[in-house]
Amino acid sequence: MSVQEREATVASAVSADRKRRRPVTGSLLVGGLIVAAVIGMALLSFVWTPHDPTLVDPSVRLQEPSSDYWFGTDKFGRDVFSQILVGSRTTLFVGFVAVGVAALIGVPLGIVAGMAPRWCGELLMRGNDLLLAFPALLLAIMFAAVYGAGTLVAMVAIGIASIPHFARLIRGGTLQIMRTEYVIAARAAGRGPFAIAVRHVLPNVSGLVIVQASVGFAIAVLAEAALSFLGFGTPPPTPSWGRMLQESQELLSIAPRLAVFPGVAIAVAVLGFNLLGDGLRDRFDPKLEDRR
Amino acid sequence: MAEQPTGAPPAPEPGTGPTEAISVHDVTRVYQRPRTSLRSASPPVHALRGVSFAIPQGQRFGIVGESGCGKSTLLRILAGLDRPTSGSVAIDGRDLTGLPERRLTFVRERLQLVFQDPMSSLDPRMRVGDIVAEPLVAQGHGNRRERVAELLEAVGLRADAADRYPHQFSGGQRQRISIARALAPRPKIIVADEPVSALDVSVRAQVLNLIADLVDELSLTLVFVSHDLSVVRHVCDRVAVMHAGQIVETGSTEQVYEDPRHSYTRRLIAAVPTLGRALSGVSAADLNREQRP
Repeated sequence: MSVQEREATVASAVSADRKRRRPVTGSLLVGGLIVAAVIGMALLSFVWTPHDPTLVDPSVRLQEPSSDYWFGTDKFGRDVFSQILVGSRTTLFVGFVAVGVAALIGVPLGIVAGMAPRWCGELLMRGNDLLLAFPALLLAIMFAAVYGAGTLVAMVAIGIASIPHFARLIRGGTLQIMRTEYVIAARAAGRGPFAIAVRHVLPNVSGLVIVQASVGFAIAVLAEAALSFLGFGTPPPTPSWGRMLQESQELLSIAPRLAVFPGVAIAVAVLGFNLLGDGLRDRFDPKLEDRR
Repeated sequence: MAEQPTGAPPAPEPGTGPTEAISVHDVTRVYQRPRTSLRSASPPVHALRGVSFAIPQGQRFGIVGESGCGKSTLLRILAGLDRPTSGSVAIDGRDLTGLPERRLTFVRERLQLVFQDPMSSLDPRMRVGDIVAEPLVAQGHGNRRERVAELLEAVGLRADAADRYPHQFSGGQRQRISIARALAPRPKIIVADEPVSALDVSVRAQVLNLIADLVDELSLTLVFVSHDLSVVRHVCDRVAVMHAGQIVETGSTEQVYEDPRHSYTRRLIAAVPTLGRALSGVSAADLNREQRP
């Protein structure tokens, strides 16, 4: 979904009628189930894994999948299934940090840009465009070079790079809401700009924030995998799906399954978050109703 | 076409004495449209061209005119939500022109608004109790729960409506909520912007009567804007007719209806649909032709 498309949904999403609850769509259901499964895996990994995911045991190197090692073992003899389980924690952590940073800064920025005088809002948005033009992965690599490679550093960088997406979307929603009669009524009641932002604008753009957050989550998961693959993400020995891919690279001809399992995990998780985002958008956007 | 505002008694000089709830003196408002051409500047839109009137306390003042004649712009300026390009507006003798919004507390305490569309004038994410209490919170009043219950009862809703959301109410009920909100800070002036045009004909009369009764009971000053002459006639003592950003005629409601002076007013009155005319097959186009000189 492009920025323009998302902006186009702003108009209707902010005024979404909450009276008629639309039925749960397929994408919402499937996306919700996949995301729930990822969360379930992460929670499970805290209490149980078949093997220690970081235990190096040369005697069981490169085992094929078996009843003991469900997904086989890697070149150090670590259990792949256990790594996938624990790796889902990294994936979720990555998503929450990146989306958290982006939303915490992007949403207030968008609201301020939408409520400020025109010239001020335009200025903020041009600055925003500048950041938008900067590639997220490049920013993350720069951060890694300066602060050292690590999951947190990489994700803060991805979060910062995602700020413009939030700010742009929320500004659109804010502009829309500032024109509504209930905001004019609040001004006439004597409400100051801060109270209007917190009590009227924020609750009414929350649908947009949720949709953007789930899409941002998917982008962050993919970015973490890419950065770990390049060696700028999660450092060993913490299991990460991206790094598992990278480690499988040299053995691709001997043991392609080492790339398949984390690859499928990443693809399914990203698909899940995207479907969830789409499903939520359908639910918050009355304009799409006729198309179904 | 610029006939002078006519009608008796002549409007008193604005800004004199504290008896006037609202006085508007020579207000103009010019909007700048976005440029459409690189070479020429965009043409300005004159929404208001020198509007003056004064409303004594306790009067029910109607403003009628077609869509786009500047009624809503005028209302926003009265409420301090927009600024006039020139001219001045005073509420209870205090000039509000040029004051920043945070210094308009005296306007907020005295003047409240009722909006046209009860679907969009209530925040869908707020409970009715919070909506009605909003002016009280903003202006730091105490005993909010009791006041909200009292207000809901005054507009004919049950007190338990406070815990529900706007979408759970019908259009007429929502407009009652909007009226309750406007009355919350005990204002002296109510400005109603087409308060019944978005409602079903069946509930229009109820809401109109409610407004009229409350205005009487609380001895409020009412500014009532509408494009619907029959509605204005039902509620107001005095009426101003607006056309293309100017007031073309003011006078007591009876006088303006019985003996309209300005050609535009005559056209407007002739355009009011009546059953008799409709049955005899007169269309709006015929009316227009009839009235044009």
